[in-house]
Amino acid sequence: MKRHLLSATDLDRESATLVLDTAEEMARLGERSIKKLPTLRGRTVVNLFYEDSTRTRTSFELAAKRLSADVINFSAKGSSVSKGESLKDTALTLEAMGADAVVCRHSGSGAPHRLAQWVKGSVVNAGDGTHEHPTQALLDAFTMRRRLGRIEGLRVTIVGDILHSRVARSNVLLLDILGAHPTVVAPPTLLPVGIEAWPTEVSYDIDAVLPKSDVVMMLRVQNERMTASYFPNVREYSRRYGLDARRVAALPDDAIVMHPGPMNRGVEIAAEVADSARSTIVEQVANGVSVRMAVLYLLLGGSEPAIGSPAAGSTEGERP
Amino acid sequence: MTDWLLRQVRPLGGDVVDIRIVGGVIAEIGPSLPEGDCSVYEGGSSLVALPGLVDLHTHLREPGREDAETVETGTRAAALGGYTAVHAMANTTPVADVAGVVEQVWRLGRDAGWCDVAPVGAVTVGLGGEHLAELGAMAESIARVRVFSDDGKCVSDPVLMRRALEYVKAFDGVIAQHAQDPRLTEGAQMNEGVVSARLGLAGWPAVAEEAIIARDCLLAAHVGSRLHVCHLSTAGSVEIIRAAKAKGWDVTAEVTPHHLVLTEDLAATYDPTYKVNPPLRTAADVEALRDALADGTIDVVATDHAPHPVEDKETDWTAAAFGMTGLETALGIVAETMVATGRLDWAGVADRMSIAAARIGRLADHGRPIAVGEPANLTLIDPDAAWTVDRAQLASRSTNTPYAGRSLPARVVATFLRGRPTVLDGKPA
Repeated sequence: MKRHLLSATDLDRESATLVLDTAEEMARLGERSIKKLPTLRGRTVVNLFYEDSTRTRTSFELAAKRLSADVINFSAKGSSVSKGESLKDTALTLEAMGADAVVCRHSGSGAPHRLAQWVKGSVVNAGDGTHEHPTQALLDAFTMRRRLGRIEGLRVTIVGDILHSRVARSNVLLLDILGAHPTVVAPPTLLPVGIEAWPTEVSYDIDAVLPKSDVVMMLRVQNERMTASYFPNVREYSRRYGLDARRVAALPDDAIVMHPGPMNRGVEIAAEVADSARSTIVEQVANGVSVRMAVLYLLLGGSEPAIGSPAAGSTEGERP
Repeated sequence: MTDWLLRQVRPLGGDVVDIRIVGGVIAEIGPSLPEGDCSVYEGGSSLVALPGLVDLHTHLREPGREDAETVETGTRAAALGGYTAVHAMANTTPVADVAGVVEQVWRLGRDAGWCDVAPVGAVTVGLGGEHLAELGAMAESIARVRVFSDDGKCVSDPVLMRRALEYVKAFDGVIAQHAQDPRLTEGAQMNEGVVSARLGLAGWPAVAEEAIIARDCLLAAHVGSRLHVCHLSTAGSVEIIRAAKAKGWDVTAEVTPHHLVLTEDLAATYDPTYKVNPPLRTAADVEALRDALADGTIDVVATDHAPHPVEDKETDWTAAAFGMTGLETALGIVAETMVATGRLDWAGVADRMSIAAARIGRLADHGRPIAVGEPANLTLIDPDAAWTVDRAQLASRSTNTPYAGRSLPARVVATFLRGRPTVLDGKPA
């Protein structure tokens, strides 16, 4: 593992597989009644969130706590200083406090890269602007592997606002690294100029792609995209790109439906699809904690086994 | 006033001669002139003498952002870069949109004494793009404004642009357009293409520049006015300018040093040192710009020297300010990209960095031939003195140079402003 996890491309096949294997161990721990490990005792993990994201922050917080790390939630939103000043100054403050890892969510693409230049600890990108969200891609890959038994060769269709999606960027990159075959589907307005350089197929036609999909991942579409004329209105978007029961019927029998949340039920995904047996949406949340435990462990814990003997684990874990 | 004898220099890179400066004017040129009462500057037969460089596009930041640059610090940097005149852009606080502000900037320049400061007047009140500023008053002021620009913002309203182009004909003015369609570049952070798609930074498409340039060329032709296009950055823009010139339209264009050498790939560092407007483009664009500068499609190199304080750059990319400094490195970059590559000789450099710029800006005393009777605005360059750019050694108050650590092949060793040295041996005189 590199020192930081800023982009899915910081991982190669070997290290990404190591994260997934480690997450598997972590997930088994989550099935125990006592879920805590002593691995990161005495280490400090800072959640530095410049954007509201209760889901992601909570997931990282739980992951760090299950590894017995000290967790500080540093919400920089609403700070009176300019964003720029607070990023540098906050970085120096965290440095002075001895943060071992900084988990950063920021509305500006590349902000975690800048942070990594100013702090000695590890930086984990928890979503930066319209750039990347590598732990989301890892938890998605983990979910696919658990459901379908493999990643290599899977045909993964990602549908929605690819242009603005950090989830899509990280997923396309990681799926390619892991030997899967991603296809992105969107109206042309929501695909970036320059996408031809991405390691993915591109389609405007969801119905043509679904029969050839082992995984279909639906992305949230925000209302503000409509006001900026990326598409005429939500109804037309839903008709052309939404995943409803009729479209699900075109999927291969064992194909799964994913969504990184939060969902717009009735827009990009019908409620009956979100709640169906194919849906992995709730698992993704649980898997997020396991994957983030694995990432923090591998960045901070070094080469020791993640889980010692069960006895040691439970002894340490029983502290309140 | 001290008279000078410049010994053994090569005007425009030609034959070695001595140049005598008396009373601020070139008095005598010839081999082995007698010393007389002059102070002597020894060129040693290697120095190239050029007419003092003229920058059409400088941000001196005063009044308003004296933490970034002042007229004093900016013009000293200019002198060190070989400039004897700079055009100070209007986007100050307050905006240079009335005679009072341009006269203030002009006076600050004269008092500092490092080089002539030709203030640029805003086209519209407050750079607001709605109402014409008092262009005539600025033209008639002591600052004698001839170049008008809303630089940093585009005069995007076609009617307003037409009126401005027409109006300045009365005093031989020129509209220098920052060509950027505002709607096509909302939130834009870098060139739109493969790299922006990967980095997740909002794209600044080439068409947003090219569409405005095409429109403005047509407007200028229609009303018979003079148009200058600031900082061309794309191959497509070059094609449009080339076509406009082929039709005989009175259109000129500039390119910055950074667009001659840096490319969009640098954005992958997320280091806002490389964030600039217009953005760094592709290697193919760089190549087209070099070709266009060589063949004269692009008339001048203009620095777009844009100083910013550290805190406006030491931040994340999207929050950071656009712009990079350039006065002290422009000549070196041109030497690297144009002279060392055989695309321009020193006479060509003199044209693109002095003569053409003075002509566009209507500066009578600058960009003149190196000839007896001409004002002694001169720059001496050592074409073989490679140097490494060191942030701490630059004179600009701001340190946002993209060239720190870069070796440049040539350096300015002396600058004379009307016969008075502002720089000697590469240091402020």
